[in-house]
Amino acid sequence: MTGSLPRCLIVAIALAACVASANGGDIPLDQRRSGYADLGRDTKAMQDDDTSNPATLWVLDGEALWNQKAGSANRACAECHGDATASMKGVAARYPAFDAVQKSPIDLEQRINLCRTERQNATPFAFESHELLALTAFIGRQSRGMPIVSTDEKLKPAIEAGRKLFMQRIGQIDMSCAQCHDDNWGKHLTSSLVPQGHPTGYPIYRLEWQNLGSLQRRLRNCMIGMRAEPFDYGAPEAVALEAYLMWRARGLPVETPAVRP
Amino acid sequence: MTRAVSLAAAIFTALAGGGFGLADELRPYQIAGGAIAVSLTGTPGDAARGRAIVVNRTVGLCLLCHSGPFPEERFQGNLAPDLTGSGARWSVGELRLRMVDSHKLNADTIMPAYYAVDGLNRVAPAFRGKPLLTAEQIEDVVAFLATLRGQ
Ligand code: HEC
Ligand code: HEC
Repeated sequence: MTGSLPRCLIVAIALAACVASANGGDIPLDQRRSGYADLGRDTKAMQDDDTSNPATLWVLDGEALWNQKAGSANRACAECHGDATASMKGVAARYPAFDAVQKSPIDLEQRINLCRTERQNATPFAFESHELLALTAFIGRQSRGMPIVSTDEKLKPAIEAGRKLFMQRIGQIDMSCAQCHDDNWGKHLTSSLVPQGHPTGYPIYRLEWQNLGSLQRRLRNCMIGMRAEPFDYGAPEAVALEAYLMWRARGLPVETPAVRP
Repeated sequence: MTRAVSLAAAIFTALAGGGFGLADELRPYQIAGGAIAVSLTGTPGDAARGRAIVVNRTVGLCLLCHSGPFPEERFQGNLAPDLTGSGARWSVGELRLRMVDSHKLNADTIMPAYYAVDGLNRVAPAFRGKPLLTAEQIEDVVAFLATLRGQ
């Protein structure tokens, strides 16, 4: 009782500050732009040309892994899926997808690892391992230029959960994703242009990382910047956020593997 | 003024006696008339130290969002108003409230509350229960902002 009194007092003497929300809300569909649009000329050129895009190394390693027998099943991805340029076309454009067995949405990395464990009887690759990034980049590359699709009704609960996470203020900085990426895109956070935050190019080669990295790694970077505790790799919250970002970017073309500053 | 101090003292006593968890590290303060009139530390801050905090991108973080009269600082942010003239626009007490908890003035602002630990979500373990700046640092920054009187 005595414990709660001072706090009431502080609240009571605080200014009433119930200003109506000034947040802009969703970006109109025709105003959405990929982070690519704001890249410098050199970075654009690096992304556009496979021979200068550093991520090509991973794509080539991914192709090799695609054709390589693995696990105690001693089976390659290609033995089930055949020619990836045909069978994997458009796949990355619609992930995360609802998995009927898991009864939950899974992202492309998780899909690859499910094939590893269930079909190849192999150990799953670690998140951000060279192999997992390579296979994800190789599969993603097959959807380059195709529009992102997010129409599966079964994804709706995850998309809704992801939207809530996107709108929630988190961390010691106490900001939401939306406060930067819906309300302040196009402005400068110190030297960085704030992009709309579309997941069009993942995995990306990030110049700052000098490495390829997944969408989840990118999200962790933003969360760490907000001094928030990032979601674990593969956590349902992380996948929900990915599903929301894909829905939010529906119709924008896949750029995988993209280059970002 | 003396009433504010004694009220603050009363709250402080109650807080200390109440045995709060994390929040009891924060000094109490009183908001009145859109300002916090009394220094959190009871003494004025140091403007030179305040400037160093403001331009430090990992301590003050101010230049992530703001620009200001810092010709030596490259890449200042533009998510927030320029700090030039803040000391002419606002009284010391008004500046202190804007630093301590700007959400009291505008619930939706992106300006973080620099001296608050309650009501936050998913704070990283290393920062949990800690305000962005200490009471001493807040006073230093306020003292510096008060010097920004130019156009
Ligand atoms: C304080 C501002 C801020 C907040 C809050 C923030 N971000 Fe970001 N975000 C950025 C900036 C700046 C970049 C670009 C980084 C760069 O280029 O250096 C970025 C990049 C991204 C990208 C990559 C876009 C691309 O083109 O590849 C995604 C996706 C993203 N953010 C999602 C999120 C999500 C989800 C959250 C919340 C969990 C979030 N961001 C919170 C500032 C922010
Ligand atoms: C994440 C963004 C952000 C950061 C970091 C930030 N601010 Fe702000 N600040 C704002 C915004 C936006 C406003 C505008 C007021 C509003 O939104 O209600 C503001 C307002 C102010 C004002 C009032 C300006 C005026 O003339 O109206 C002062 C003074 C100020 N900030 C000082 C600081 C200082 C000093 C720091 C660092 C210790 C800082 N801010 C960090 C976003 C930020």
